[in-house]
Amino acid sequence: MNALQPPTQADIDREIAEHEGSRPGAAHPARDYAPYRSSVLRHPRQRLVVVEDPEAVELTGPAFGVTDVTALDNDLTRRHQGEPLGERITVTGRVLDRSGRPVTGQLVEIWQANASGRYAHQRDDHPAPLDPNFTGVGRCLTDAEGRYSFTTIKPGAYPWRNHTNAWRPAHIHFSLFGQAFTQRLVTQMYFPGDPLFPYDPILQSVTERPARERLVAEYAHDLSVPEWSLGYRWDIVLDGPAATWMEEGR
Amino acid sequence: MENTLEPTPSQTVGPFYGYALPFPGGEEIVPPGEPGAVVVRGTVFDGAGTPVPDAIIEVWQPGPDGSLRGAPGSLRRDPVTGGVLGRTGLDFTGFGRAATDADGHWYVRTLPPGPHREGAAPHLSVCVFARGLLHHLYTRVYLPEDAEALAADPLLAALPPQRRDTLIAGPERPGVYRFDLWLQGGAGEETVFLEFA
Repeated sequence: MNALQPPTQADIDREIAEHEGSRPGAAHPARDYAPYRSSVLRHPRQRLVVVEDPEAVELTGPAFGVTDVTALDNDLTRRHQGEPLGERITVTGRVLDRSGRPVTGQLVEIWQANASGRYAHQRDDHPAPLDPNFTGVGRCLTDAEGRYSFTTIKPGAYPWRNHTNAWRPAHIHFSLFGQAFTQRLVTQMYFPGDPLFPYDPILQSVTERPARERLVAEYAHDLSVPEWSLGYRWDIVLDGPAATWMEEGR
Repeated sequence: MENTLEPTPSQTVGPFYGYALPFPGGEEIVPPGEPGAVVVRGTVFDGAGTPVPDAIIEVWQPGPDGSLRGAPGSLRRDPVTGGVLGRTGLDFTGFGRAATDADGHWYVRTLPPGPHREGAAPHLSVCVFARGLLHHLYTRVYLPEDAEALAADPLLAALPPQRRDTLIAGPERPGVYRFDLWLQGGAGEETVFLEFA
């Protein structure tokens, strides 16, 4: 590969294939996953220091409450004068910890591109139209069963410059808090059957197929609303230890 | 309790979180002028020593009394307009969020954390996200004053001196500490990042 030329999709495909299945049992991507080129100078070279006995600071986390969200914050289609263009969807699911306990009363934040694949961000110069009726940001608190729910539109795929002809599959960015700061998660939810999956080094950075499949929502016909919206279900499991005393806590 | 569920994998925060995650006053865990307030500030660097303009830093910490029951209300909204009201400035939420600026710089204004247990070396717990970072990184910011508590801290004690120093904020002037974050570097340069068992 000529160092002056951006890699081709074929170059990236070859690298993706080399990494595929290379970390059996691992859920999270390796931070030094080179097919995603932005990682090259932004991952630690020193080994992470394992903290066997996290401090109470780490085993607890920030609290959010009803003052932190408003009633409309989870409906991304009702934030402007008119209706956004695109396919109206609802996305819902539960946030759980690894033992299956619901994560209750915690903040879920999402952001996404519009139906044309354009972010309402100055640095996104993809020549696709902005939608004056769509910003693409939402938030909510999980309920007593750990459930979240958003109404939005299905985001479009968009190009990026990781390599020549690089396109991101449609996705919604999610930010989640657990009961402990150690359970913090930022991730992306994908839509089932997207033909761009095999070409995308960000999704493929999760090198184990079962783990990768956990990033893909399920189309849920029972969540579709007649004459109104299509439904997707996506449950989220937060990693990391938490203090057990929090069960009786707030 | 036993882990029965497999975790949802992390993915990078990407470049376009700017209209979603940062919120007005995210850096001001306490308002300017709050008696006893300190600032922790720094620059995020990549492995080439270039500042990282698209990182986001989160801080969680005990109150000055060591309490870990941070109040809600960091992102307080106006239910009438949906706009941001921000913190009341009356309750300590213990949570801050700071996006780096075009120079890779970030800061939080806060109260020094108290010891959350007898003899603990107070620190801020820090979580770093960035474009290019596929999985966030945790670290700790220790304030330098209490030499005795620092000497007794189990994490610091287990680190070689040059690595240990990356976790201790440098006094810049009264009430202002510097804590640069090196995402990548040599052993004496790269910030110590943590993994929790």
